[in-house]
Amino acid sequence: MSTTESQYIDIYEKYSDTIFKNGVAVMNDCRQIAFDYFKDNGFPHSRAELYRHSKIKELFDFDYGLNLNRVKFPTSNNLFHCDVPINSYLCFLVDEAFYLPEKSKLEWDDLAKKGVLIGSIREMAQKYPDLVASYYHKAYGEKMDALVAFNTMFSQDGFFFYVPDGVVIDNPIQLICVSNANLPSISNPRNLVVVGDNAKASVLMCAHSLSNVESLSNTVTEVFVGENAHFDYYKLESTNAKSVSLSSFVLKQKGNSNVLINDMTLQNGFSRNNISVDLEGEGAELTLCGMVIGDSEQHTDNHTVVNHNVPNCVSKELFKYVLNDASKGAFSGRVFVAKDAQKTAAYQTNKNICVGKDAKMFTEPQLEIYADDVKCSHGASTGQMDETALFYLRSRGIPEAEAKMLLMFAFVNDVIENIRIDSLQDKIKLMVEKRFRGESSLCKGCNACK
Amino acid sequence: MKNNFVNDVTDSDYKYGFVTDVETEVIPKGLNEDIVRLISEKKGEPDWLLEYRLKAFKHWTTLEMPEWAHLSIPPINYQDIYYYAAPKTKESPKSLDEVDPELIKTFNKLGIPLEEQKSLAGVAVDAVMDSVSVKTTYKENLAELGIIFCSFNEAVKNYPDLVRQYLGSVVPYTDNFFAALNAAVFSDGSFVYIPKGVRCPMELSTYFRINAANTGQFERTLIVADDDSYVSYLEGCTAPMRDENQLHAAIVELVVLDRAEIKYSTVQNWYPGDKEGKGGIYNFVTKRAICKGDHSKVSWTQVETGSAITWKYPSCILLGDNSVGEFYSVAVTNNYQQADTGTKMIHLGKNTKSHIVSKGISAGYSQNSYRGLVRVAKKADGARNFSQCDSLLLGDKCGAHTFPYMDINNDSAVVEHEATTSKISEDQIFYCNQRGISTEDAIGLIVNGYAKEVINKLPMEFAVEAQKLLQISLEGSVG
Repeated sequence: MSTTESQYIDIYEKYSDTIFKNGVAVMNDCRQIAFDYFKDNGFPHSRAELYRHSKIKELFDFDYGLNLNRVKFPTSNNLFHCDVPINSYLCFLVDEAFYLPEKSKLEWDDLAKKGVLIGSIREMAQKYPDLVASYYHKAYGEKMDALVAFNTMFSQDGFFFYVPDGVVIDNPIQLICVSNANLPSISNPRNLVVVGDNAKASVLMCAHSLSNVESLSNTVTEVFVGENAHFDYYKLESTNAKSVSLSSFVLKQKGNSNVLINDMTLQNGFSRNNISVDLEGEGAELTLCGMVIGDSEQHTDNHTVVNHNVPNCVSKELFKYVLNDASKGAFSGRVFVAKDAQKTAAYQTNKNICVGKDAKMFTEPQLEIYADDVKCSHGASTGQMDETALFYLRSRGIPEAEAKMLLMFAFVNDVIENIRIDSLQDKIKLMVEKRFRGESSLCKGCNACK
Repeated sequence: MKNNFVNDVTDSDYKYGFVTDVETEVIPKGLNEDIVRLISEKKGEPDWLLEYRLKAFKHWTTLEMPEWAHLSIPPINYQDIYYYAAPKTKESPKSLDEVDPELIKTFNKLGIPLEEQKSLAGVAVDAVMDSVSVKTTYKENLAELGIIFCSFNEAVKNYPDLVRQYLGSVVPYTDNFFAALNAAVFSDGSFVYIPKGVRCPMELSTYFRINAANTGQFERTLIVADDDSYVSYLEGCTAPMRDENQLHAAIVELVVLDRAEIKYSTVQNWYPGDKEGKGGIYNFVTKRAICKGDHSKVSWTQVETGSAITWKYPSCILLGDNSVGEFYSVAVTNNYQQADTGTKMIHLGKNTKSHIVSKGISAGYSQNSYRGLVRVAKKADGARNFSQCDSLLLGDKCGAHTFPYMDINNDSAVVEHEATTSKISEDQIFYCNQRGISTEDAIGLIVNGYAKEVINKLPMEFAVEAQKLLQISLEGSVG
């Protein structure tokens, strides 16, 4: 164990009173197991296969602070503001603390009447300890990993969303995650989403960074989707070069459920997204897609695992990267088909364009199959823009820069088209276009959030 | 009926499972510095080679066996292996008459063209039994062209400068655990040197056979193709049936200079173990080629049907500009066999190209993995790669896995990878049945069609053998 880990082990041991005092019972109950794991294993070492391209340990070497006393940094009105003005239920996660804007309280009451629970996981765990405890940290067990353990050890708050059986929510819940601390700090938001049988809901998570100091967020999101349920999860990252984002997302899907995950990285510093999906009921369908637009020295590493544990499930995976300048992209995707998971259909595609001379792309699409009656494929390619297409556009009087932008836009459009909310799709298209033009994609602010 | 197909998959016997009754000279079991010195002494090696071995041995003792492969390997006791076993024959036979008749019988059983094919096919054969190269045919004819084709030991004696220059230049002893082990204890192998501008008029070929019990085979092959030369090299492997597992850890190094080409083909049919997965060879081989010169080319073709565990990645380092690397592979696993095989293409030069075709077939309880790496270095402008790896599953208890890695550090590279996994479709079988082809024949037909793309790349004789091997390996696998 090196000093990197031991400093956090020391903090935990020394301040465990503070951590437990500030935490709530349900979350406190899991801390010790997580700590034991972390003590034994530490962060993945620099040669660990799963973290080949993201050196986790080095990230934690930086001198970040841990906000164990839950000190509130001054917030400004400017903070509560969204970049994707769509018709949605708006809420905020500032560093680790959950906020509900005053003006949207009325809308939330409508949802509450249907039995929907939404809010801070701290509060919910106090109000409904049994409900939260029956899901909290349940998606991990054998799958524990250093980042999840770290989060479980230190996390104090996060987002909780519970949709009872049969409830349909048409508009998405928009959760805006902002880092606001004025000192370099680590936040450990912990999110939990439960979608009951026959229910329908969608969540849009936007990550922003307003402060200009180094920040590291180590998010864990657990999602449970019931039978015949519909769930969409969109994640949009638009932060800055100083932010490090580590995200662990785990999804458990029951029979005949339909889930869409779309993970979009427009602007960031260093990101590592672990996405793990367990298809646990027959007839479950998963669409997992994502795109990365990278320039300067952005680093984006997506790692996905799709486990087909039962027969007759379908998974479709599509990830696209456009890498400019000296940005670095990594994609590793594993499709696992268990022994008796017959009639599985699993498709995985990863396509990348390296535009910058110093751009790097590492891709590892993997299939692990133990059943014979399956249709599985994966494809990956890394290349440049099609010269003939570029020529075609230029010969029709479109300037080179514009033509390149058009082609790059068309390239990632496949991913955007998967978005099932029209207004969000339009908005994202606009943001992506602005991004390619090098304009700020940040919203100037409109009535939606003022 | 369907189940029979799976259950019967393995009814065919391993036809190479005989032991040759030749007196063998072995040295004590186990591995230590003295054993390394003893092997070197037996071979009458010069000091520099002994030193090389000792350095490798010292390095090996610092290493641990790697565990990253998708294989379950029972612990290997490296002290329980004979590291040297030589058939006791008279000193360096000059003609076939001098070779032990028992040995000739063995090779005849194997169908090795030691005698007959001398005139028929013009194949020059170097047969390596256990650890010693037995006889190299056709040497005189090759010598006229300046081609050197001899056992490794002979090469050390007669062409020390050449060997010293290239030995370990592609696979250094520090490369990996088994490379270090081999470098310490290798006993013989083949050496080929094709001089400038010479196109080798015949296919060179080596047969490897492990005969004595409890021996490991650690041969070393070194092929150097000088400017503008060409050679096609074949390698075949068999072993007798034994209960215990035997270790085979070889090294193959290919050096290709300007505009030269090496075509390296392997038909690997080591004893795969019985139907319960008992016994069989552990085939842990390091094979690597370096395209040193501009416009050079290396082509690996392999048909892997044997071995209890196959763990190898024939690789190409494309250093010269415009060099080309190719890899064609069919890997068949049955019963409890395991294979983790694939290739590495390291693009360093400009405008380098590589092509990978890998076909995996798994049946019974076997596990078959493709693992490959395509790396494009920062300065390798205009690199191009296409990889295709397909898996065919026969039966619901086997597994097929794909682990490709693509590391692209250059923006002008075009790298593509495609993989599919499926079983033989009922439509295809029905189509054949309808035309009076039995299900068993239909499967043979479909499997052969599936592997055709690779088998076509083999030299003619080998292609016939490979096709037969495929059929035998999957015989009875119908239902």
